[in-house]
Amino acid sequence: MPIKSYLAHPETGQKEVLMKALSKIDHCDVIPAENKELLIVVTDTDNKTDDEKVKESIEAIESLKLLAMVSGFNTPKNK
Amino acid sequence: MQNSLTSRRNFLKKMAAAAAMTAAASMFPGIIFASEQDANLPKGANLDWKKGPCRFCGVGCGILVGVNEGKAVAVKGDPNSSVNKGLLCVKGYHQIMCTQAKDRLTHALVKKNGRYVQTPINEALDIVANKMKETIEKHGKDSVAMYTSGQSTIPEGYVASKLMKGAIGTNNLDCNARLCMASAVAGFLTTFGADEPMGCYEDIDHADYFITWGNNMAEMHPVLFSRMLEQKNRRGAKIIDFATRTTRSSTASNKSILFEPQTDLAVANAICYEIIKNGWVNKSFVENHVNFNKGLTNMGYGLEDKFKFKDKPTKIDFKSYKEFLEDYTPEKVAKYSKVSVKDIKYLAAIYGDPNKKVVSYWCMGMNQHTRGTWMNNLLYNIHLLTGKISQPGNGPFSLTGQPSACGTAREVGTFTHKLPKGVVMNEKHRRLAAKIWKVPYERIPSKPTYHATEMFRAVDRGDIKFIWTQVTNPLVSLPKTSRYRPGMEKESCFVVVSDVFPTPTSDVADVILPASWHIEKSGLYGNSERRTQHWDKMVEGPGETTPDAWMTIEIAKRMGYGDLFPYSEENHVEEIYNEYRQFHEGAKHGMAPLEVLKKESGAIWPYVNGKSTQWRFNAKYDPACSNGKDFDFYGKPDGKAVIWQRPYEPAPEIPDAEYPFWLNTGRVIEHWHTGSMTRRIPVLHKAVPEAYVEFHPDDAKGLGIRNGEKIKVSSRRGSCVLPASINERGLPTRGQVFVPFFDENMLINDVTLDAFCPISKEPDYKKCAVKVEKA
Repeated sequence: MPIKSYLAHPETGQKEVLMKALSKIDHCDVIPAENKELLIVVTDTDNKTDDEKVKESIEAIESLKLLAMVSGFNTPKNK
Repeated sequence: MQNSLTSRRNFLKKMAAAAAMTAAASMFPGIIFASEQDANLPKGANLDWKKGPCRFCGVGCGILVGVNEGKAVAVKGDPNSSVNKGLLCVKGYHQIMCTQAKDRLTHALVKKNGRYVQTPINEALDIVANKMKETIEKHGKDSVAMYTSGQSTIPEGYVASKLMKGAIGTNNLDCNARLCMASAVAGFLTTFGADEPMGCYEDIDHADYFITWGNNMAEMHPVLFSRMLEQKNRRGAKIIDFATRTTRSSTASNKSILFEPQTDLAVANAICYEIIKNGWVNKSFVENHVNFNKGLTNMGYGLEDKFKFKDKPTKIDFKSYKEFLEDYTPEKVAKYSKVSVKDIKYLAAIYGDPNKKVVSYWCMGMNQHTRGTWMNNLLYNIHLLTGKISQPGNGPFSLTGQPSACGTAREVGTFTHKLPKGVVMNEKHRRLAAKIWKVPYERIPSKPTYHATEMFRAVDRGDIKFIWTQVTNPLVSLPKTSRYRPGMEKESCFVVVSDVFPTPTSDVADVILPASWHIEKSGLYGNSERRTQHWDKMVEGPGETTPDAWMTIEIAKRMGYGDLFPYSEENHVEEIYNEYRQFHEGAKHGMAPLEVLKKESGAIWPYVNGKSTQWRFNAKYDPACSNGKDFDFYGKPDGKAVIWQRPYEPAPEIPDAEYPFWLNTGRVIEHWHTGSMTRRIPVLHKAVPEAYVEFHPDDAKGLGIRNGEKIKVSSRRGSCVLPASINERGLPTRGQVFVPFFDENMLINDVTLDAFCPISKEPDYKKCAVKVEKA
């Protein structure tokens, strides 16, 4: 039952478009920054397979420039 | 069960979102998510957002804690706080999670026949009061001691001081701020005659240069560093990192300059030499507002028990000072500091340029130093020679480590020599304290007794027979715990520990008192910029947890001092603060009324005519200035600050053939001090689960050490085994290793040296000699 968080960087001027596209994906919550071109994405799925599917759906969005996983809880110290 | 699972998943999602926000804040200074956090809260949750200061670090960020059905469920930055403007760091976002730790101390524990027995709180308080009373009767009032904290609230510090100094009549009270801020205090008092910085965080919005002296702000003061980065990105302000180790701050700065440990003294003098040589002295400022002094040299290092030192200031003139600096030409200093002549001149040129505004920041690198008072004096010298002080964007700014090192330890005065106003050595100050406390002034002793290190030496010697620690974990945080742990274990001393969680210190206690955590009680903290912040109790604590202030009051009552502590359990915080405010009445240190603090996200003292004073000593901003000049350093009788002649002297222990490495210790962003709280926050614990020893890659290669390999770090005092860390978070210079001290399972302070600054009595955790070998 993975819960993950990501930083989603939109293509220039595409923050709203990306926001709308992300909002349509199930198991995916979006928190846009108020004053910067950045969105936080939190995914909540039942299993690893679903988690991978959601991630693939997010990465397929055209207005997405870069998706960086934060869930950082188990990342090495210098990441 | 389903409900419980759902709420756990919601909680985990919030954690994940908070971690992402923190990551975003480090990449985009000033980024705001506050309103979205509201919008994304679970439907139906009736959150009541309550304001307060963050529990961790001296920055004093404003937080909003979301309370739902009596439980704290969320934290966000307070957008109305001028300190953090809605930002928080990773510790701030997750702070409330520690309260849910399974091993929370919820009831008093009394050691009986070698085992801890759960005991009703009233019974445990009876035992403590009786033991304290009995010890005084048998061995005298100086046989009992209290050791408190820069994390104690203002009321907690105040009643501890009143109990020890006013009621019992002993100066056996000191605190862990001795370990972090005493050199800053001694620096302020010797140079300005008045403690605490003259500027405020708004300096960040005005400065052209930020020069950080031995201070990894990106990890230790991340929200302020984020504000500096914003100014760097927005208007080209520059950050210069001057340190002994390459850190996250170094890599985010415009320039990183590394120096050999202890030689910051020489480099500061070399900067002054250059300022004078190049005619960059602000002559009118120096003539009108500065005196020159020199003090004693070869002071020693406090390594012996009962070490004594008293400085003897002597007035000198500018000519003598200039001659003294001839020993500190950039060429001479470059040879032993390993800072190039070019870089020394570069730093001097920044300070010397009359058209550039410069703020210097420092914290433990300069304070935890066997010449910490001198180092603070020397940095003030630079700002005083150039007149860059007490103006927006210009000034030396000493940062604090703990959330109320200023508000409680320094302002209330929980040091052996201090009173809520002034010092015990001053009869006028004793008389004021006696009047407000309603005790005979003769009861307050005129001589300080034990500073922190000497207090634990006295425990080890058997001179102190009862000690009560509150809000602190000395058996992880003291230097040379290899001596002080066995000392505390001795039968000769009865040990009482008040804490929220079990720690290595509570492990040696005879009685453990269960303390309320931060938001489970009302309180006040004072941050680095003289800002006093109040919060109301937000949630109930578990079991019989009790606020530390109230436990002190209960002990005082049981010892027969009830008439001096007439506070009510419900309103004691308000009653104590109103009593305490009397000490600071007037334009130089007036504190804001409680009703103001309840409404606003803090107020900066001096609070005069309904207004915070942002820049002290500058007549334009500070109503206390009264000498008719543009600046009035009114802490000194003649209104003049002091430039001190202080030389470079070596560290007490330097690497040699047997112990060839410098050991430097410190913190990481994820953990607060000894880790007793942050290691119980899963997100933070998992991020950095254990301490490590950082190597320069060349040293690691030379020793055949690989990343993660277990390494034994040993000194003449003790040893500690940790995994090696190479090219990870920080990069020590060659010949130096670095170890964070948060991990109670890897006690690096068994290895450190208990040498201290003879003036401030603050230990040096940054320099001692060690050897390293594969474990």
